[in-house]
Amino acid sequence: MEIVHVYTKLHSEFGRQCLFSDRPAELLVDVPADQSLASQFTQRTRRDQSLQASRDMSEHRVNTKRFESESCGLNHEEGGWPKDVNHQVMEQTIRFRKKVEKDESYINSILQLGSVMEHCIRQNNAVDIYQDCFEDGEMPEEHQEPPSAKTINVFRDPNELKRTVTGLSWHPDGGEKLAAAYSCLEFQKTSRDMSLDSYIWDIENPNRPELSLKPASPLVCLEYNPKDCHSLVGGSYNGQIAYWDSRRGSQPVETSSVEHSHRDPVYKIIWLQSKTGTDTFSASTDGQVLWWDVRKLSEPTERLVLDPSREGNPERALGAISLDFESTMPTKFMVGTEQGLVVSCNRKAKTPTEKVVCTYDGHQGPVYALQRNPFFPKNFLTVGDWTARIWSEDIKESSIMWTKYQMSYLMDACWSPVRPSVFFTVKMDGVLDMWDILFKQNDPTLSLKVCDEALYSLRLQDNGRLVACGSQQGEATLLEISSGLSTLQKNEKSLLAAMFERETKREKILEARQREIRLKERSRSEQSRSEDGGREDIDQSPLQLMARAEEDFYVLTETEKKGKEREDQDLSSEL
Amino acid sequence: MAEVEETLKRIQSQNGVQGIIIINSEGIPIKTTLDNASTVQYAGLIHQLVMKARSTVRDIDPQNDLTFLRIRSKKNEIMIAPDKDYFLIVIQNPSD
Repeated sequence: MEIVHVYTKLHSEFGRQCLFSDRPAELLVDVPADQSLASQFTQRTRRDQSLQASRDMSEHRVNTKRFESESCGLNHEEGGWPKDVNHQVMEQTIRFRKKVEKDESYINSILQLGSVMEHCIRQNNAVDIYQDCFEDGEMPEEHQEPPSAKTINVFRDPNELKRTVTGLSWHPDGGEKLAAAYSCLEFQKTSRDMSLDSYIWDIENPNRPELSLKPASPLVCLEYNPKDCHSLVGGSYNGQIAYWDSRRGSQPVETSSVEHSHRDPVYKIIWLQSKTGTDTFSASTDGQVLWWDVRKLSEPTERLVLDPSREGNPERALGAISLDFESTMPTKFMVGTEQGLVVSCNRKAKTPTEKVVCTYDGHQGPVYALQRNPFFPKNFLTVGDWTARIWSEDIKESSIMWTKYQMSYLMDACWSPVRPSVFFTVKMDGVLDMWDILFKQNDPTLSLKVCDEALYSLRLQDNGRLVACGSQQGEATLLEISSGLSTLQKNEKSLLAAMFERETKREKILEARQREIRLKERSRSEQSRSEDGGREDIDQSPLQLMARAEEDFYVLTETEKKGKEREDQDLSSEL
Repeated sequence: MAEVEETLKRIQSQNGVQGIIIINSEGIPIKTTLDNASTVQYAGLIHQLVMKARSTVRDIDPQNDLTFLRIRSKKNEIMIAPDKDYFLIVIQNPSD
């Protein structure tokens, strides 16, 4: 449509000056919307679109290939000798030396250097110029820094199929090596492709294990001999014990015979203190505790069946899951069982009935860890179900101290070797807890989430600063604890001793009171029995009880019915 | 020649001196009171250390030069007197 504006002008008016004037806007054309055209269009769905006037870029990630480095030493041979002198030949070297000694400049410089040197030597002898003049003594690090721990290294299972780290043991001499036992404890989850190896790691090198140990069946527990840093003993999944010498290689030096070993996985094995340094003992869920001499693993030297009725009956034996042995008390040892009991045994007892000294009933589930406090051997720590409990040897009824029920299952625990009031626990949700009972009893002092999967084992190094914990996916994490949790505080031992005593006394009093109450009740029930003369028959058979209950029931219903009838009569009489 | 011997003997007789080594600028031990293996080891290592120390001092101030180097360790003290062509090394265990 064309928009045209026509204006006319008379010829006589051409050339006249223009007179401009303002006038309001005038609507010339108005084109209304034509709704009929709308049918030719459809409305597009609204959406947000972002625009940016810049160059197109794309994100790309690159990871460099791991650079494998190996350190090795270089051997320097004597060098510097002039070409004509063969330094191996004594004569030539002596001749060369003699020539130099005759040199003028040699003599001069040596004389000069000699005097300088003498001055310094005399100075050294006169005064120790490096002595500490201002001895401050022990600088108490009372910085009060919050307790913390940081991960130093993570050692991953190099195999494809990851197995759980079920046992950890530190090298006895300074702890630069960590032995880890790998096995799959889940029922029937082991596949044929799963590797059987366990590894010894050097803590500086997490890329590759230093030595791999190849047993016949995966190892559930592994221990270094505290006296001999090269020998290790391991208990395997099929019940055999194997002995390694790390100098000799990956194959075990000796393995126990299948007929005489345990019939269930060996859950714990500990070295004993003996003159020969070759004795160990092991515990397994088949209910036996066996003693071995590693020089002759074909047969155990001694056998104990964990029967609570002390008859040595293997049918009724309790399955053992943890062991504890303290070298200061060489004849006693303790076993933690699957049924939740802790059995204290005496090795030197003459008859098997006396071997089992006493039992402590504490947990509702297997006692996964058991350890005496290295500073207070009368008190020990047990871990099982959802709590950790501290016991005193004298109190058999209950533990003297316990943590509240945690959110997830506790799998392992251990005391700190340097601080008597600190212990560590690991849980199934991957959390490592550090408890300081002098500081706080209700909650852990420090709680760290180490990994996403369950943590199965825990071990502290002897210096108290490094902690290794092993997870279900085969990762062993090495953490360093802050100095606050690993240095002995002043008065700690006496304070802790006082605390243990106090709790023990409390339990003793409670126990005595319980006994009193029980005695009173018993005497009361005896009295009432003699008074009533048989009416309160204590041991009634179930049939008699049922008959009596029936009688009571009918009597009751009859009285009710009669009561109702009387009421109706009353009502009707009223009307 | 005799004075050199005398000087060395005097040094050796001082309290706590464990050994003396004289090496030249190429690191070859000229005179020593220790066994061959230790001498070679000391010669090689100390030579490099003195070179480094000297270059450090001269880098900081070119007019300066190294006159004496003392290494105090837990067990003993190694004293090195460097010269243009020779080094005199004495290992002493301070008696106090």
